[in-house]
Amino acid sequence: MGFYVTNPDPFRHKVRDWLEVNCPESMRQPYRSEADLCWGGRNCKFQNKDQKLWLQRMVSKGWTVPTWPTEYGGGGLDREQTKTLNEEMARIHARPPLESFGISMLGPALLKFGTNELKQQHLPPIARGEIRWAQGYSEPNAGSDLASLQARAEDKGDHYLVNGTKVWTSYGELGDWMFCLVRTDFEAKKHAGISFVLFDMNAPGITIRPIKLISGNSPFTEIFMEDLRVEKNQVVGDINKGWTVAKYLLTHEREMIGGSGLSRAGSIPISKVAVAVLGMENGILSNTMLRTDIAHFEMDEFCLELNTERARDKVKAGVSLGAASSMFKYYGTELNKRRFELLMAINGSDAMVWEGGESRSGYLPKTWLRSKGNSIEGGTSEIQLNIVAKRILRLP
Amino acid sequence: MVLVLNEEQQMLKDAARDFLQERAPVSQLRELRDSSNSEGFSRALWTEMVEMGWSAILIPEKFGGLGYGYTGMGIVLEESGRTLTSSPLLGTATIGVAAIATYGSEEQCVSILPAVVNGRHLLALACDESGQHNPEHVSTQAVETHTGYRINGRKIAVLDGHIADTFIVSVRTGKGISLFLVPVDSSGVSVEQYPLLDTHFAADLRFDQVAVGKDQLLGELNGGLAMLEKILDVGRIGASSEMLGIAQEAFERTMEYLKERKQFGVLIGSFQSLQHRAAHLFGEIEMCKSLVIKALHELDENSGGNAELASLTKAMLCKTAHLATTEAIQMHGGIGMTDEFDIGFFLKRCKILESLYGDHYYHLDRFARLRGY
Ligand SMILES: Cc1cc2nc3c(=O)[nH]c(=O)nc-3n(C[C@H](O)[C@H](O)[C@H](O)COP(=O)(O)OP(=O)(O)OC[C@H]3O[C@@H](n4cnc5c(N)ncnc54)[C@H](O)[C@@H]3O)c2cc1C
Repeated sequence: MGFYVTNPDPFRHKVRDWLEVNCPESMRQPYRSEADLCWGGRNCKFQNKDQKLWLQRMVSKGWTVPTWPTEYGGGGLDREQTKTLNEEMARIHARPPLESFGISMLGPALLKFGTNELKQQHLPPIARGEIRWAQGYSEPNAGSDLASLQARAEDKGDHYLVNGTKVWTSYGELGDWMFCLVRTDFEAKKHAGISFVLFDMNAPGITIRPIKLISGNSPFTEIFMEDLRVEKNQVVGDINKGWTVAKYLLTHEREMIGGSGLSRAGSIPISKVAVAVLGMENGILSNTMLRTDIAHFEMDEFCLELNTERARDKVKAGVSLGAASSMFKYYGTELNKRRFELLMAINGSDAMVWEGGESRSGYLPKTWLRSKGNSIEGGTSEIQLNIVAKRILRLP
Repeated sequence: MVLVLNEEQQMLKDAARDFLQERAPVSQLRELRDSSNSEGFSRALWTEMVEMGWSAILIPEKFGGLGYGYTGMGIVLEESGRTLTSSPLLGTATIGVAAIATYGSEEQCVSILPAVVNGRHLLALACDESGQHNPEHVSTQAVETHTGYRINGRKIAVLDGHIADTFIVSVRTGKGISLFLVPVDSSGVSVEQYPLLDTHFAADLRFDQVAVGKDQLLGELNGGLAMLEKILDVGRIGASSEMLGIAQEAFERTMEYLKERKQFGVLIGSFQSLQHRAAHLFGEIEMCKSLVIKALHELDENSGGNAELASLTKAMLCKTAHLATTEAIQMHGGIGMTDEFDIGFFLKRCKILESLYGDHYYHLDRFARLRGY
């Protein structure tokens, strides 16, 4: 589809030329396993030297975070230029150089609510992929009802002492720092006593227990905090007003997770996979029932892509995304689950293999299992629908 | 091209909404039905629409039109979907004009388009011959004579076939399919009209030894199928615009009702099962808004057309407008089933547009073929 504007545009040409020279060939290939994603951090193990080179080069342009101001390591690009950069990367199937909760979640919240010192301290290392962040929101008794969280932060003058448990912390063992919600007022109503704090996960008082997922991997952890010291200058936003920061961050998280519904740059369209695996008969895909579902899926996928584009166009015209991020999260994650159901069906018994052979360590079945979490993490589908009903449709 | 309306388009949208809500609300459709109007639309209203310039939106300026493009036309169609307005906007001002302005000779344009602008001439595309839409299935035949051609055959379910002054007819001509412009008063043409389930009318046409001149051929001889597909794609996107209006209006009326009606001592809108279905539908409609505006932009910018996008749009709008109109009935409960209440009209009009020029299934199949599977 004529999706990419082709009129001459000097910025586009500069980007195109730069990418042509600087994006290594191996970084233009479809993902083959989890290890193909680069998350950065203190303990980052690059998969190969191309991955490292690609990150360094993008960092030098500020293009790991193209929209951030240059003083914080960003590219200083406006919306139009960012769109161009994304399109040009998609055109050559370039992989994103860096995945990170710092980029997609904490960064926007810091830019909006952080003091100058906090921005200076934390944003550049995120942009360079040096510090990896973990999200300490959920607790054993505070999931969908997040605001009922119980981790206690006691005021000790210039610092807090934190006691409590966080759970489902993605990549908790790999995180260098954590952004975390703690209760700083124990008398106030549940939303009014929460603060948003940052701390180094190497600090004394932290114990981390891995949790194994149905996919067999364990990127999940439970985190115990015992008399953990958190400096007061590491509070983002006002004390006891952390819920505002938390919610703002969630809209970014939801937009990001919703993006999982879009096919990743470099991935093969699902109908192409189907044709390759199942073959054609009488000019159409041999499995005609599956074909209908695939067509449905590809239509919905295209709609999501367009709708994301329209939402961004609207923001530029001065309207905020806000609660609409819940719609994207719901739509995108339900779509991504369908994508993996279709891939499992297309691959039949080959998709059942957990290890060995052609299965690339069961990449497909494991990713299929992982996709089930998309409609839970960042707020479940049911919660997103609640938000749309209340905030957008104004239902009672 | 950004996917939001510019200021001029927003003004057109507001003007269209104001006019239609005032001059052609849903109650007018009910009146047309109850007064047994034999045309299923109001000529007086059409005259007013013509004065608004809507018959001229797609017509190039050199033929007296506004040359305002498909995005503008789509905006008006969307608004007329909200009010379920019955008019020649789709059949004549969109599809008929697109066919003639795109493929007509200078003489054909001069003789027809200015009269369309004035509202004095109506058009209808006659392509289907069976209950399942299939533009390739053409058995209506034209045989060459020394002055031109003689046409024999039959067309069914022709949108606005009962009021058109000129038909655009797909006909088999030896090596392929060709399109002809056939005036309704040509000898041998007969029209049998009937009301549809939504109170609009359609007609079956019979061509019995109808003599047409060579100058009545539209575009290239035997090149009709490719043209027809492009004309149909315009119609499909036009129908989609109208369905977008229907879906939004049915949805908004339903949301109002959820905030009014009480059961068990509370507003029914507080029930989560209804909230979740409403929120889901909201998302689907948002997707469709993006799609329709993209499809209209594409018609304006890409003269080659984009068949894949047209099918995608029609299929998605069929699905979503169907969901919106059926959920509207369900969430209204018993009152939704009564003729006295307007919400049922949305379901009916939507059904007609769903089946027009290929339903959901047709376009799923066409989309997949165009994508190579
Ligand atoms: C893969 C994955 C990664 C995650 N990563 C992190 C992370 O890094 N950091 C972090 O803090 N958290 C993380 N989470 C936790 C996640 O945010 C929570 O699991 C989620 O918010 C749901 O909470 P819960 O698990 O307690 O489920 P519950 O809240 O107990 O929900 C159980 C069921 O009840 C439904 N339900 C609950 N309330 C309502 C309601 N009001 N209306 C209708 N239905 C309702 C839910 O939709 C769900 O179906 C992750 C989760 C997953 C699956």
